[in-house]
Amino acid sequence: MEKLQLYFQYSFVRYALIVGVLVALCSSLLGVTLVLKRFSFIGDGLSHVAFGAMCAASVVGLTDNMLLVMPVTIATAIFLLRPGKKAALKGDAAIAMLSVSSLAIGYLLMNVFATSANVSGDVCSTLFGSMSILTLNKTEVTVCIVLSVAVILTYVLMYNRLFAVTFDEDFAKASGLASERYQLIIAVIIAVIIVLGMNLVGSLLISALVVFPTLSSMRISHTFRGVVILSAILSVLCTVVGMLLSMVYSTPLGATIVGMDILMYMICAVTGRYLRRS
Amino acid sequence: MKIEDLSTGYDRQVVAEHITFEVHKGDYLCIVGENGAGKSTLMKTILGLIPPIAGSITYEENEKSGIGYIPQQTDIQKDFPATVKEIVLSGTLAGMGHRPFYSKKEKAKAKEAIEMMDIWGLRDASFRNLSGGQKQRVLLARALCATREIMLLDEPVAGLDPKVTEDLYRLIREINDSGVTVIMISHDIEAALTYADHILFLGKKGSFFGTVEEYKNSRYAETFSAGDGREAGA
Repeated sequence: MEKLQLYFQYSFVRYALIVGVLVALCSSLLGVTLVLKRFSFIGDGLSHVAFGAMCAASVVGLTDNMLLVMPVTIATAIFLLRPGKKAALKGDAAIAMLSVSSLAIGYLLMNVFATSANVSGDVCSTLFGSMSILTLNKTEVTVCIVLSVAVILTYVLMYNRLFAVTFDEDFAKASGLASERYQLIIAVIIAVIIVLGMNLVGSLLISALVVFPTLSSMRISHTFRGVVILSAILSVLCTVVGMLLSMVYSTPLGATIVGMDILMYMICAVTGRYLRRS
Repeated sequence: MKIEDLSTGYDRQVVAEHITFEVHKGDYLCIVGENGAGKSTLMKTILGLIPPIAGSITYEENEKSGIGYIPQQTDIQKDFPATVKEIVLSGTLAGMGHRPFYSKKEKAKAKEAIEMMDIWGLRDASFRNLSGGQKQRVLLARALCATREIMLLDEPVAGLDPKVTEDLYRLIREINDSGVTVIMISHDIEAALTYADHILFLGKKGSFFGTVEEYKNSRYAETFSAGDGREAGA
């Protein structure tokens, strides 16, 4: 406890917690749509593309990696989620191909054109998040806050339409709803969340933030609104507890957060079964 | 709605061609035909979900505002966590313009549709726990919220037991009687001949469009449904 009190005196710890909470909140909201539409795997693929872009950006020596990572990830998301089920690259094998290619080329670039002395350390922290979240400066935190608030606002305003498009895209379109537009907005938001989440848990584990809260809350709640609200709460809870634990016990940050998510899923699964029986 | 010499299919691959028919306000049209004859593809083309390969579809003024569609059950909906109310309400969205949230008007509309489908007692139940017949009633209520002009149903009774099937046909009949145009894909030729007033038959060797009487007297009636077709015609 004393250790934590000491930590909270540092601004970078507070920054990390703010970013953690916001990323957890955003990813869980959109996670509901991704999981229910059977798009979980796309989130995973996107995070690897973001990793590749991140490597490329650091090799080129951009001062702000986001300038390259964000557009590339958004473009890929739009490409993968674009309307029309006949998209050229939609099968799971194709997405797997895209994601390993990005991983491999990213790592290759980092290794061949190494600009820092500790390549494997850099790669590891991009993949698993590590403590790079503690090195965020004020500008980065501000960018994260602005983007997160934009994501949350968009989500709240589009909540009913997102529900309609998630539940039944064909009906929504036939009844006159511009479902393509919402599909596009979903793609952009997901890309933003994944890039933001890379700072927290790294690109390998970001899918956990997207998938776990939704799956956990689906075990307990039977309404769409219930699932959305519960997954937001569970996600923030797991992330905060995970962050605090990793600070106190010096465990790897991303892995600790995901560990909490796994634990939460098990608790929800058992609770859900108990609730249904009684 | 007027469909002229329409060819439908995916990616330039023609599934059905030379389809011509007309639907007027208040009609009840059943689309019947062999598997793979392109019934669902035709429906998706009418809905604007896939572009036509050739030919034209002309909508009447009242049909442009939107069509109520009852699709075949998708995988996604099997374990979807949502209440009946949430789903029916989502039908009203298209008429809301850019307003983000439901108002009293939408809620009243949804309530009316839920009551008409006789599922008010289930309004807070989860969709995934409902029986097949109840699910279809929910989707009908949602379609009623979207439009009172025209409704397209893709095999609404598939997989339902006879009693539930009959109830559902009666409900669809009621909806049609209230002035809603109904276009329905059906495997059940007997029911189609009982409830519908027009038949569109899609076959691999040509198609037929006409009233139920005309269909019964056509050669398609015999080639398509040897057993039950004769019974229905007798």
